[in-house]
Amino acid sequence: MKRFIGFIKKEFYHIFRDKRSLFILFGMPIAQIMLFGFAITNEINNVDIAVLDHSKGATTTEIINKISASKYFSISQFINKESDIETIFKKGKVKAVLNFEKGFSKNLIKDHKATIQIITDATDPNTANTVSNYVNAILQQYQKELNKDIAITYQIVPQTRMVYNPELKSVYMFVPGVMTIILMLVSAMMTSISITREKELGTMEILLVSPIKPIQVIVGKVFPYIFLSIINATVIVLLSIFIFKMPVQGSLILLGFESVLFIITALALGILISTISATQQTAMMISLMGLMLPVILLSGFIFPISSMPLPLQIISNIIPAKWFIIIIKGIMLKGVGLQYLWKETLILIGMTIFYIGLSVKKYKIRLE
Amino acid sequence: MSITVSNISKSYKSVKALENISFNVKEGELFGLIGPDGAGKTTLFRILTTLLIANEGTATVADFDVVLDYKKIRNNVGYMPGKFSLYQDLTVEENLNFFATIFGTTIEENYDLIKEIYVQIEPFKDRRAGKLSGGMKQKLALCCALIHKPKVLFLDEPTTGVDPVSRKEFWDMLKRLQQKGITILVSTPYMDEAALCDRIALIQDGKILQIDTPQAIVKHYPKKIYNVRADNTYQLIKSLKTYEYNHSVYPFGEFVHYTDRRADFNPKDLIQFLESNNLSNVEIEKTVATIEDTFMELAK
Repeated sequence: MKRFIGFIKKEFYHIFRDKRSLFILFGMPIAQIMLFGFAITNEINNVDIAVLDHSKGATTTEIINKISASKYFSISQFINKESDIETIFKKGKVKAVLNFEKGFSKNLIKDHKATIQIITDATDPNTANTVSNYVNAILQQYQKELNKDIAITYQIVPQTRMVYNPELKSVYMFVPGVMTIILMLVSAMMTSISITREKELGTMEILLVSPIKPIQVIVGKVFPYIFLSIINATVIVLLSIFIFKMPVQGSLILLGFESVLFIITALALGILISTISATQQTAMMISLMGLMLPVILLSGFIFPISSMPLPLQIISNIIPAKWFIIIIKGIMLKGVGLQYLWKETLILIGMTIFYIGLSVKKYKIRLE
Repeated sequence: MSITVSNISKSYKSVKALENISFNVKEGELFGLIGPDGAGKTTLFRILTTLLIANEGTATVADFDVVLDYKKIRNNVGYMPGKFSLYQDLTVEENLNFFATIFGTTIEENYDLIKEIYVQIEPFKDRRAGKLSGGMKQKLALCCALIHKPKVLFLDEPTTGVDPVSRKEFWDMLKRLQQKGITILVSTPYMDEAALCDRIALIQDGKILQIDTPQAIVKHYPKKIYNVRADNTYQLIKSLKTYEYNHSVYPFGEFVHYTDRRADFNPKDLIQFLESNNLSNVEIEKTVATIEDTFMELAK
């Protein structure tokens, strides 16, 4: 036990004396959460749109006012002919053009039917889609107001309700993702680097020719990072609660327990990586390419798994991050308990046991 | 016997690192492995310190088999690898403390063993190990290898890259440790250090050329050896090599060591030959062979 404590003490010295790893440990989580929370967002705000109004009637003015009154759009200019549309898109600032047909107001009153064309710049398909949906919604609303005194039979009125994230805040989606990335990065990459560093510097040679047991080396390496990752997870949760007003519907204790579980999974992966790589560089490359990319791309953090091609959907199952994201989304946003998340939890536990078993088997008690 | 090595062979893929090596080291002996880089010294150390497994042969250290009882060996030996292998970001004291702890002891417990060495680095005990000079690093590494009072000490090229003064101090320390009953196996590429060992094994290309005391090795040098010098050493070596009776020509400090093939060699003939080759101030005198000469002769 004294040996073990001595080893852990040494590990803390390493961590606190290496400015680079300290930065990764504590700078990165805060920087990432701020970046994802503030800068990178799927929401649209103040999108510039242009209007081509052939009708110039009372109705069109009313519609235009409604649109510019919403916080999503700002009408940046009015154009007069069709050919200007192309020019204005090429400049790139305007993302959509509303084209009211000639005699829009008149047609609406006379024929009860008028057309408006919404042209969007689909170089960014997500924005284009959102913009057109939002404009549609505003038009629907307006239409309803027009029809409110007229009784129309057989009308289907869809009432959409977005549950768990009614305002569709993208930070709700990013926080679980960022938390997963950071825990993965800190835990897996840092441990794999710290073990391979011993190999690279030759100190592993001395450690091997000493009575310290492999399990003591591994646990001693991992222990400080469990501790530091828990601090990180706490910081992220606090930031998301207090800065981004993200709710935690479920139990904080369960969230903590699941986070520790995921940290251990990631650490086990880190140990596994270190047993197969000889240098710090290799360990870093494997961690980044083999862990970070799948975590970002295949975990369902950014791209929904259900819309991926089948082979990728299958692959996504072996990525621990996928299950952890399901778990934290469940706890934070839906407020569900272990009775709904036991399957994901078991999968993570299984993965952890598998990785640890594999790394103990692969851990070399000699140099070759 | 403290170390027994019998018929050890080891190869890496296509390279034969060690070929049928056998020798014994007695308890309390200071045994030297002398050979150039790539001779297989480090491989042998790694086999004896249980880090590698030999392809053939057996070995024991402190009466434990290097394969079967590797855990016991790891408790009882001190190992100082050729490359400086301490934690560079830990201070002198922290390094020593760490190694004491993982061997289940404390600095105080075995302080008398390292005292003489440690007092020299103690003024720098709060300095990071990475910032020490070469000699200091080696002294610290030796302290760390000794802190658990090992029965056998393995030192792989401990003085490579260390200045001559520190080298001498280092060997004085080894002598003192030997008096405390520790068996020491040390390797070095420096022939002058070989003379300080009780017995040495000359090793090259994975084979042992000879094992004996340094004195005996020198005494058995088969030829008469001469120190030759002239004003232009480079020209001298070139001329000597063209001399039809030369057996060996090696530069040795300011001299050239020369042996002749004839039994009735007369130095005056050689002086004449060299002077006819435009060399001036030629001097020849008999000298005694060194371990380096023996090594060169055996390695021929």
